[in-house]
This record gives sequence, C-alpha cells and structure tokens, in this order.
Amino acid sequence: MSRFSDFAKARREGVKMVPVPSVSIMPERDLGRAPALECLHLGIDFGGLKAVDDFNITVGRTEICGLIGPNGAGKTTVFNLLTKVYQPTRGTIMVDGHDTAGLDPARVNRLGVARTFQNIRLFSSLTVEENVAVGLHNQHHCGMATSILRLPHHWKSERWYHERALELLDIFDMTGLASHEAGSLPYGAQRRLEIVRALATNPKLLLLDEPAAGMNPSETAELMENIVKIRDTFGIAIMLIEHDMNLVMNICEGICVLNFGKIIAKGTPEEIQQNETVVEAYLGKRKEVEA
Amino acid sequence: MGIKVLSPQARSTVFTYAIVVVAFVAVTVLDGMGFISHSLSGQLVPICAYVCLAVSLNLVVGVSGELSLGHAGFMSVGAFTGVVVAGCLTQAGIESELLLFVISAVVGALAAGIIGFLVGIPVMRLRGDYLAIVTLAFGEIIKNLLNNFYVGVDAAGLHFSMKDSSSLGMTQGTILINGPKGAVGIDKISTFVIGVVLVLITVAVVLNLMHSRDGRAIMAVRDNRIAAESVGINVTKYRLMAFTVASALAGAAGVLYAMNYSTITPSQFDFNQSILILVYVVLGGMGNIWGSIISAAFLTVLPELLRPINDYRMLLYAVVLILVMVVPHLKIYQRVTEAVRSRLAHKKPAVATEGGEGDE
Repeated sequence: MSRFSDFAKARREGVKMVPVPSVSIMPERDLGRAPALECLHLGIDFGGLKAVDDFNITVGRTEICGLIGPNGAGKTTVFNLLTKVYQPTRGTIMVDGHDTAGLDPARVNRLGVARTFQNIRLFSSLTVEENVAVGLHNQHHCGMATSILRLPHHWKSERWYHERALELLDIFDMTGLASHEAGSLPYGAQRRLEIVRALATNPKLLLLDEPAAGMNPSETAELMENIVKIRDTFGIAIMLIEHDMNLVMNICEGICVLNFGKIIAKGTPEEIQQNETVVEAYLGKRKEVEA
Repeated sequence: MGIKVLSPQARSTVFTYAIVVVAFVAVTVLDGMGFISHSLSGQLVPICAYVCLAVSLNLVVGVSGELSLGHAGFMSVGAFTGVVVAGCLTQAGIESELLLFVISAVVGALAAGIIGFLVGIPVMRLRGDYLAIVTLAFGEIIKNLLNNFYVGVDAAGLHFSMKDSSSLGMTQGTILINGPKGAVGIDKISTFVIGVVLVLITVAVVLNLMHSRDGRAIMAVRDNRIAAESVGINVTKYRLMAFTVASALAGAAGVLYAMNYSTITPSQFDFNQSILILVYVVLGGMGNIWGSIISAAFLTVLPELLRPINDYRMLLYAVVLILVMVVPHLKIYQRVTEAVRSRLAHKKPAVATEGGEGDE
C-alpha cells in the first residue's frame, strides 16, 4: 500500500487485543490496571433526538483508540460528553477508575482528560509559549500576591514554566516558534500546538478531534509518528476521531465505529475493515451498489 | 545590550513606567518654571486618579474581556470609605498627612475590593451584554445606597444611620457623610506626588498580574473560554480575580480623588462617570496599559486646554473623540504607520528576524 504499512506492521507486532468484561477489548499489556476510560450506557438527548445512545467503551492505559463514523454520527458529541462540555443524560464515565458524575470540564481535566478541538481553539493573542504555560497551569503553583509583589518564588516558577514549555514544544520541533503569537501560526502548527497544550496538563487520556484535518500527506505521516511517540514517551491513552482511514488503520489498536449515535462495531483495525455493517454505513448497501 | 535584548513584553512594560516617570518629571520641571497654569495644576491630582481608574478598568475590559459599566461605583466606595477613615483618624489625633492618606487608601481599596468581590459573585455568572447591564445596575445601586448614608464621628466613636443626620444622635463631633449632600470638609491631603506614586503602584499591580501565572489564565479565559476550561482553568475564579483586583484599585483611586476636594457627593459617581472611564480605556486600546494612561491624561486635560474657546469646547472634545476612533481605520493612516514601522524594522534587523527559524 504505502510506506506506512511496514511501519504499521512493526508497530502492531506484539500487541494482542483481549476481551474485557464490558463487551470491549483492550491491549493485553493494559490488563490488571484500571482502564484510562470506561463508559457505560452513556447517552445524551437533544430534545427528542438521541444524539448518543448506549455508548460503551473501555480504553486501556496505553491504548491508541480510534473513534470513526460518517459525518453527523455523534463523534464530537462523545468527546464533549467525555470532557463534560455537555452533561450526559444517562450513563457513567469512569476516568482512571473515578466516576466523573457532576464534575465540570476544568475538574475533568484535572482528573486526567485533555483534548484538542475540531475547530482549533487556541489562546490566539497569547504567544506559543504562553499557550503551553496555560496548559501547565495546574502543574505548578504560584499565588496572586506572590506574582504581584514579584517575590523570588514568582521568578522561580516563571523559569519552571519557561523550561517545561520549551521541553514540551520540542516534541513537535516548535521551540523556534515559542515567541510567536499563536493566532499567526500556519494551520498545521496551530493543530500541533493544541496537542502540546493538551499534553501540558499531564493527562492520562488524550482526546484528539480530527488531528490530521487539513494536513498534507507528509504532515499526516509525521503526525502519526508523533502520536505514537507521545503515547510511548508519556505512557498515556489516546483516543482520536479521524476521517483519514490511513492514519486510523495504521496507528489505532482498537477502533470503535459510530453511526447515528450508536456503536455499530468495535474491534481491531483488521476486524473493522472486514465488518459488513461498517462498510454499509460508509458506502451504502452492497446490493444497491451492484444493482 | 540595552533595550534590544528585551522581549516585546518587557519593552512595553519599561515603556509604560517610562511614560509615567517622564510625565512626572516634565510636569514638575514645567511647574517650577511657572509654565503650568493654575487651572491645569488643579487638574493634576484628578488626572492621576483617572489614570488609575482607566488602568484598573482596563484589567476588567481589556485583559479579562468583560464589559463593566459600574467602575464609578467602586470608586465611590473607596472614596467614601477613605473619607470616613480619615475622619476617624483625625479624631484619634493622627497628624501626619501621608500616614493619613496611606491608611485611608489601603482601607478604601480593601472596602472596594470586598464590595467588588461580593458583587462579582452573582455578576460573574453572566456574560457579555448581560454582564454589562448588571454591572451598570450595581453601580447605580451603590450610588443610591450612599445617597442614604449618614456617618458621623465624635469622641464616643462612629455613628451610623440610614434615615437622616439628626438620627445620628450626636451633639458634638463631625458629620462625615451627610446623605445626598455627600462628604463635606474633607482635608485636602492628596498631592501630585502621592498621585503619581499611586499611578505607579496601580500600573505595577496590573502589569505584574498580567505577566504571571494568574494573568495568563485570565487572558486565556478571555481568548477562549471553552479551551481554558479544557486545560483545567477555573473560569469563574479568574474572572472574579480580575474584577476584584480592579475594584480594589478603583477604590484607592477614589480615595485619591476624594482627598483632592473639600466636598464630594454620591451623585458625582454616576453612570456618566463610569462611561467616561470606559471611554479612556477604549481610546487607549483594550489591554493596552500605556494607551490607557495617555488617553486618560489627555482627555482629562483636553477640556481645560480648550477653555479659551469656551463656547465650542465640548463640541471640539466630541470631534477629537470621533477622530481618534476613526483615523486609525483610514487607509492613509495605516499606510503611513506601516511605512514608519518598516523603516524602524530595517534599523534593527536583529530584532526583526529573532525567533524566525520556525519549521513552516
């Protein structure tokens, strides 16, 4: 197929997906530890419309999991539920074994869920470094009075923020852009900065909403390697929504397919590619195609 | 070495302090040479007060991105608290004017900060236009409450009433706040030097807050609330923080303002006053601290400068306001500034290319 196939094959060697109780699968290596994310019968209604219904999923501690489906299937709604931008109508969300019922988005983040947005949401008037420093906000403390009086601790923590931000920007080779205004960056760099900012919050689960949207093939290839690199370096779970099937099939270990707010298939990339219902959802019924 | 090694942020900070110091030195020198007219020298303390107010309101409007129309309310809380504190201290026999002012300003700022915090709790649940309207309403509420305050002090201590001055039950001593008539017989202890120091303190507080962990969070909430929440920022906390700090600074400015006159009335601190401060902020540029300083000073002086053409004074004032808003959008102005900027950039290529080794 493409140069990614070898890469993908090498990556997938030694990964064995095993079933877990809540009708899901996760990598064998993650068994014995609380899953990064566990959803049970999650659902939300908008008026009479069941935008998401009976959503069950388990994501292992170091799993890369894909969430795919046709346009309007409810993928981003799932992300908004997981981060509590929307309060779910039904069901439970467990992050690292903790129930997130009643938490607001900021608290969910502190529990270990970070995300990027489909329509980029950067702090556009702040610099690249400041964007990452805002992401690091809860990793280091410095009170208001300390800052206003410019006590020694203020300078110490500013230095900490600076060093840590550059370290994180280095993942995507963005240290050279540190002093640029975030809003003035090219599109691809803005997408990468969003990922860095999310990583700065020290998450256990990283949600990427269409990370490759608007990227050219070589940028996408680089992104794929970076996503895997992030998972390996930080040892976190990554869940991504993506329309680029090349990316999804190459780096995801478990895939979950959503259509009309319901999960229609779950499994490894191979299983999903063979799945009749999935092909149907994307391409329509085979009979009609042949007729 | 020198200014070239500084980041743009540090350069703007240095520039801001420099404006205040240079203006202070210039005015002092000119005053010594007798170039400052009597009416203008009477304006020096109010100018300082308005600069403080504009800078502190900029923290709410520019840095935190909330349109607040009640700033004069917090100014009046500070002003009247300061008057009461100064009255009590005088009664207690404190003579030093500086000490009197410092204690009054600190207590005034604390009172305004507390009121700002309490008002902020319900107000910060709102956004945009709703927030503007509610802050306007709170400003008016504070004014009308003060219209009904009667405070007096005598040897026995403070007396307080909300009915009239006779129900204070005082036979001697002084009435500090007399309802709608306001505070009378204030010691005029504000001086230009004190005013400039307060301006420097206000600027330092706002700039230091802006360029810190909490300031970044405040600006992040302004730029994108949903994204700020998604990285674990407590949005309400930081909006409230900016609002409270700005209220406290407005309170201190109110004390400075009040101590410059022998009489102040609650009706001085009305909606028009809030709008006036907002005009300074908008003209100076949202989030631009030195812009607020210059526009507040300029627009306070302008009506005085125009006094010789008394009949057309307010007309010209309005024309200047309109011009300041319109001119930056004119093509010719933009071209000229661009040309100037590129000329400056050529002079200092080291700064222009710095940090440009991005991978895009």
